[in-house]
Amino acid sequence: MSDTPRAMRQPFSLRFGSAAFLAFWCLLAAFPIVWITLMSFKSPVDAFAANPFDVIFGPVTRDRGNGLSVLDIVLGLVVLFFAIKLAFSWLPRKVNEWSPNGHVWAGWIIGAMAYGVAFIFAFFLILPAILGVLNPILGPLGNPIIGLTTEHYQTIWVERGFYNNFINSLIVVGGTVTISLTIGTLAGYGLARSGSNIAFWILIVALIFRALPHSVLLAGYLPVFVNSAEILRPWLGDNAPTLYGQPLAVIAVLVSINQPFTIWMLRSFFQNIPNELDEAARVDGCTHFQAFRWVIMPVMWPGVITTGLFSFLLAYNDYLITALLLDGTNQTMVPAIAGFFNRETTTTDQVVAVAAAVSIIAPLFLLVMIFQRQIVSGLTAGAVKG
Amino acid sequence: MKFKTFIWFVGPSLFLMLLFIALPLYAVLMGSFQVTQPVMQTVEVESCSAGFLTQSCTTEIRTIPVLDEETGEMLTTTEWVGWLSYERVLEPQRAWDAITSLNYGALMQIDFWAALRFTLMFTFITLPLVIGVGLAIALAVNNAAKSIRGPIIFISLLPFIITPVIGSLSIYWLFVGDGILTRGIENLLDRDIAMFAQAWTIELLMLFYRVWHVAPFAFVIFYAGLQTVNQDTLESAIIDGATRWDRLKYVIIPHLMPLIIFIALIHLMDSYRVFDEIVGFRAEAHVISLQYLTFDFLQPDDAGNRAFSRASASSMLTMVGIVILLIPLLRRTWRDHKGSSH
Repeated sequence: MSDTPRAMRQPFSLRFGSAAFLAFWCLLAAFPIVWITLMSFKSPVDAFAANPFDVIFGPVTRDRGNGLSVLDIVLGLVVLFFAIKLAFSWLPRKVNEWSPNGHVWAGWIIGAMAYGVAFIFAFFLILPAILGVLNPILGPLGNPIIGLTTEHYQTIWVERGFYNNFINSLIVVGGTVTISLTIGTLAGYGLARSGSNIAFWILIVALIFRALPHSVLLAGYLPVFVNSAEILRPWLGDNAPTLYGQPLAVIAVLVSINQPFTIWMLRSFFQNIPNELDEAARVDGCTHFQAFRWVIMPVMWPGVITTGLFSFLLAYNDYLITALLLDGTNQTMVPAIAGFFNRETTTTDQVVAVAAAVSIIAPLFLLVMIFQRQIVSGLTAGAVKG
Repeated sequence: MKFKTFIWFVGPSLFLMLLFIALPLYAVLMGSFQVTQPVMQTVEVESCSAGFLTQSCTTEIRTIPVLDEETGEMLTTTEWVGWLSYERVLEPQRAWDAITSLNYGALMQIDFWAALRFTLMFTFITLPLVIGVGLAIALAVNNAAKSIRGPIIFISLLPFIITPVIGSLSIYWLFVGDGILTRGIENLLDRDIAMFAQAWTIELLMLFYRVWHVAPFAFVIFYAGLQTVNQDTLESAIIDGATRWDRLKYVIIPHLMPLIIFIALIHLMDSYRVFDEIVGFRAEAHVISLQYLTFDFLQPDDAGNRAFSRASASSMLTMVGIVILLIPLLRRTWRDHKGSSH
């Protein structure tokens, strides 16, 4: 503080005001999410209790024999702490050691999956078993103090088959991100390196497409998708597929809807990479495509990751398109949850739906945790200058 | 870059956009002038019921759909109806009567005008709020100690990243009949509150939700911009005796201006197609937006039919609206492009 010039120092009132505002904002930002997470672990009576402390501590849930003792909480936190620490120090080292040359990403996929399975095994199977033995021995320390139950999660994932929707979401999201990045990087590069009028007009049209309400396009898709078997029959014979309800068709739609945004964003990233780099590669005898593949792509990863994140969010969060273009068996998570609400009649149903909603948020939470730096720096480097 | 190479790079993306954006757009435009209906025929049906001595028979004339002889499916015809679907959506006569008799309530009885009213109000109220709140958070975070910035950014990003339907649901649960905040306000005010029983409280919650959801995006962009403010300019402003307020007004905001325009543009596009909130807050009985109107037409009704032509008409109208909103911006981009090429 002492080395800042006097004029730059802030009066106490300003510092206090800005800190108070930040605290208030953080509360506002986190409260709804934290609260529904709390609700999802309580029995319905507690989840909709009038007294906020009942929602936090869950007396009814606890009386039913579902609760956490001081020991549970302490041990659980210790295991979580070490799990996170291992994930950030030990896991990257092992992945780098074991992955085959040049395929670190494959090593990461396998490593992350193995780590996830091991964590679930340790945290949800071994730990409860140990605690089951320890709690009765320890007397007051082992008595449950906070009511907590995972029964709603079991209901939603096991009994109501929510894992089907989860798998559908994975298919749709994975397909959308992969295809839109592959096509988008090519187009973004082409547009960034071409100063022609055509490139300008493509970008303007893409901007208008970006602004289109999705419902406009849906009105065009639906009749074609529903009748696609008849329309395609002259070309494909009797095997012509009905596109309505097919995840693949939805992927194509989401990729296209996402293209305008992807190419704008990637184009501004490519513009930040100096032209001299590909010129040097071209002098060395590369074709345009080789220069793109071997010289430009390796320095483009931050931009690709940021754009990929936005594509992920678009596909993962979409309700309108998936609700109308997918039928019941192929539904992704978001429309499935909206469906739960229309059927809900009791408070139990409501809490089950809350649990489903929290399950949807969890991957997003992880995503921000891992990629927070990329999101901020990616936006600084790219879209902002667009 | 040669044109041929350019096409190789841009081609796939262009192909997808043509196939899945331009073509449907054309189909929608055409669809909005056509109506597809099942072919009906009138037949005389004699139905008899058993009776004593003689049957009692009645003959009546019924209208039934014609079935295809081979497939057994309904035959349909598509007719060119011109502006009929638009008229059905806009109901110009009713709307004009309501306007001339200054009957606001009657105008809001027509779905399209009610949706347009809400969509425009929603867009223009949230726009300044998002920019203001986003800027305030960015300034405050920039002001905070470096060590706590990481966690604050993490928490701030959550509302932006969360699934919109789920985000609005999470706020819905706080305010639903026995939600915790409703109970709290009821205790404070000592009266019953039903946030979801009338339109204006739902609209208020939706406005709040949208600002809560988008302000973090504005914040991240502004925060990134604040890192590049020229320190020399700031220092010379201080030497010239500029107050904190002057510095914000004359140095920082002009520096952020391109970003403010960028945010405004993205927000304009996104809030004009407000939709997820209506699903999350289950507001469709009270308030609807333009995009919801189309969604509603596209949902199969009890007989399994979808009102394609009216959906097409309403979505074309929605599109015309967004293009009008974008015109000033497109003109600016065009001027910039012309300026840069000369």
